[in-house]
Amino acid sequence: MGNEQKSFPLPSSVEVVPGTEGAQAAYPYYTQFTPEDDERFWFYNSMHFPEPMYHFDMITAEAAYCALGSFNTRVHVLPTTKGIDHRIINGRVYIGGVPVTDPAEIEARALEFQQRGFYYYENWERLYDQWKDKMKALIAEAQALPKPILPDLEPMETTHTGKGVAANHALLDIYRKQLEGYYRMWHHHFEFLLLGYGAYLTFFDFCKRAFPEISDQAISRMVAGMEAEIFKPDEEVKRLARRAVELGIDGHFTNDKGVEEVLGALDQLGEKGKVWLDELETSRNPWFNVNVGDGFYHYHRSWNDDLSMPFAALPGYIDKVKKGENIERPLDRLVEEREQLVADYRELLDTEEDKATYDQLIELAHRVFPYVEGHKFYCEHWYTNLFFNKIREYGALLAEHGFFEKEEDVFHLTHYELESAIVDLMLAWSSGSPPVGPKRWPAIVKERAAAIAKWAETTVPPALGHVPDVIDDPAIVMLWGITRENLDSWLFDGEGDPNELKGFAACSGLVEGTARVIKSVKEIDRLQEGDILVCQVTNPTWAPIFQKISAAVSDIGGSMSHMAIVAREYGLPAVVGTGKASERIPDGARIRVDGGKGTVTILDPAPVLEDA
Amino acid sequence: MSQSVAWFADVGIADRPTVGGKGGSLGELTQAGIAVPPGFVVTTHAFELFLAALEAREPIRPQVDALDGNDLGAVTKLSEVLRRRIEEEPMAAEVEQAITSAHAQLGAAQVAVRSSATTEDAEDASFAGLQDTFLWVLSAEDMVHRVRECWGSLYSVESMSYRKKHGLPEEGVAMAVVVQAMVDARCAGVMFTRSPITGDKSVITIEGAPGLGSAVVSGEVTPDKWVMGKITGEISDREISNKHAKQVPADGGGIRELPLEGEESTGPCLSDDELQALRDVGRKVERHYGKPQDIEWAIDKDGQILLLQSRPETVWAQKDAQAAPVKKPEANALNHVMTIFGGRR
Repeated sequence: MGNEQKSFPLPSSVEVVPGTEGAQAAYPYYTQFTPEDDERFWFYNSMHFPEPMYHFDMITAEAAYCALGSFNTRVHVLPTTKGIDHRIINGRVYIGGVPVTDPAEIEARALEFQQRGFYYYENWERLYDQWKDKMKALIAEAQALPKPILPDLEPMETTHTGKGVAANHALLDIYRKQLEGYYRMWHHHFEFLLLGYGAYLTFFDFCKRAFPEISDQAISRMVAGMEAEIFKPDEEVKRLARRAVELGIDGHFTNDKGVEEVLGALDQLGEKGKVWLDELETSRNPWFNVNVGDGFYHYHRSWNDDLSMPFAALPGYIDKVKKGENIERPLDRLVEEREQLVADYRELLDTEEDKATYDQLIELAHRVFPYVEGHKFYCEHWYTNLFFNKIREYGALLAEHGFFEKEEDVFHLTHYELESAIVDLMLAWSSGSPPVGPKRWPAIVKERAAAIAKWAETTVPPALGHVPDVIDDPAIVMLWGITRENLDSWLFDGEGDPNELKGFAACSGLVEGTARVIKSVKEIDRLQEGDILVCQVTNPTWAPIFQKISAAVSDIGGSMSHMAIVAREYGLPAVVGTGKASERIPDGARIRVDGGKGTVTILDPAPVLEDA
Repeated sequence: MSQSVAWFADVGIADRPTVGGKGGSLGELTQAGIAVPPGFVVTTHAFELFLAALEAREPIRPQVDALDGNDLGAVTKLSEVLRRRIEEEPMAAEVEQAITSAHAQLGAAQVAVRSSATTEDAEDASFAGLQDTFLWVLSAEDMVHRVRECWGSLYSVESMSYRKKHGLPEEGVAMAVVVQAMVDARCAGVMFTRSPITGDKSVITIEGAPGLGSAVVSGEVTPDKWVMGKITGEISDREISNKHAKQVPADGGGIRELPLEGEESTGPCLSDDELQALRDVGRKVERHYGKPQDIEWAIDKDGQILLLQSRPETVWAQKDAQAAPVKKPEANALNHVMTIFGGRR
């Protein structure tokens, strides 16, 4: 790096990877960088979109930013920030905030915010109860959407009931309803989110000033909810393990058997097997509607789609149950510990005024936190899962009519392109002639699959454009943990100790071991007992593998990220938000993780030999 | 029992005027059920008897009172004279017998003999290092001699200059001496139950190095340093330094320095479990006193934690008096969120 002022490359200087121009151009026009974008600051949203974007999956960015911005800019009217603009290049989503800087405008917006945002805080419990009803109704609507099918001839019923609408119309109808539901879900998602984070950060900010050396994780532990939905799936697996032991059928769960084999054996077992299988059904609906990822990509399948994750965890839990260990979360004790923590820190405050402020802030943080922790299950997991599976049904239908080789190919089309393909099929079904799509889409799918593969091998800058002097956009700080400080560390990266990475201290403890760099959930089975997980980002549905590893390191995430929360539950040393651990640490390297200090040290970059 | 001797178990902080700060603190800790190496205090009563005998022969305090504190030559000269007189003056038979028999009763093969001044907390802190401490004292005879030397250290150049500078009257200046079983420490160090750097009361800072604590307290070795959450126990900082040497007992009494190498030099001197155990002790002491403490600790070869000293933290405590609240409560609690959303702090 030179000596001149550090800055990130301008968007206009980033070249599209040769050979992927067509795939790049196929993203919607409003997501392409323009020359004017050089004037702004952008950063790669690797927290939510750590992998190159399939064209269809871009709908998640689009729907999310439509909603986030609406609530910030026009519903709650946040005084100092508006929404988020997004662009895509080489399959990577860059985002930029829209701060409000004019003092008069801030003042006017603050008055609005105090009427609007405050209303939510004041009525939080009632509105959140209402929110859950809304979300459940939305989920029920999506579940009720029929599978898109094209019969050869219309059922006789259409004639007898005088329905007056043929089956091809349902294709467009269901598709648009499903799309509409997805956009609506994201609105619900952001109805409370920023307000929730804001109340939490207010408490966080106070703690940092009252206790300058307090760790982020200590603050998180004071606020963390104990009954959050996100702990449920793992709890259900534990419950099933205990039930298997109670029923005396635990011998059927071993690491060497596939899911189908185990299910088949239990089915043959008679009454006891049936009891357990019924219990499994109870767990699956709804708690196994969790994705093995953040739910932002179509290939983040749910446990219900693929039971191998919970089944991989069962033998380990069963072992523990048989050894007499209590594997279920001791809820009462956790609640008691949290209350004690809150009381102990309060006692350290010097003045009665500070204690009064502390009481006000912790009360507010506890009021909002159930939403912050709970919403993901309904939104990113349950609904998203239904949504992508519905699109899969279209994939299957179109594949059946020769548009694609396989149903998954559908995700290489943008949502606009998919609608055009659907209309193409509707027209063909109505006219009785063959659709045009089969001649068009296979080549495009091939081109885009190749582009995604190329982009996955391409490293992109963490940020683009001019770095602002201060980053005090609350949305960006809250959701992405981006501060001026860590931008500087990104810029100066490489000038410090090349073997040390810094991140957020998520869970205390010192561990040395073999780094297993897991770039996507598909590689999870490479993890061996005692490995240190190194990844871009995790999700709480990875929780069951936390019993297997000795420490965890992620590129992205703050102290309230789910990896941090789950790591603390397991007492697993963890460092999150390191920026580039998954790039900088070679797979198999020997590393040291200091989860209390937030550092990761590469001790020996040479791969430690795995079992020969 | 003689008024000249007081066992730790029988004294507390309130007895500071007769047993000094260190003696009172060790007594207080003993009474609070915190492990300290057992011992007794040679009280100020013994010192006063001794001084009275000396004064009868030739004045001491009036000479110091008459001294010009700025005349370093005169201070140095007087110090030499007084210290020689103190070391040559035999102890009153009654006193010598009392402490010799206490020494026998203690039954420790090696003892530490430590000055215990009667000045106030804050001054005690500043006084640190001005008065003598003798480690690994092997015989009763030597112990008696060291007690006299401790008394004599009250008339060191530094001590007298300090009193002059602060206008402390000689009348009432007295010295108690702690005699306690000596810990042959595997490692030792200090613990602050309040951050020396930021004044944060929510963290505990521990510094330690192999061998006797004297190496850490005197600053001759850069100790390992840890910062941990007082309440949570999480270890947020570890600075493991290169410890080039450690101080250990010398065969003929006293201490000597041993060079360190390998793991003992470069590895951490405390395990995480030991750090947690120290934290527990630190919290217990802080709770007992009701305010943050600066503590000297040692871990013996059996792994037992023993405290050698605990005194209230003073630097940040003084700043607290003027400190404004971090944030005042709001009539409407929701206004607090404007610190985040309103762009104002």
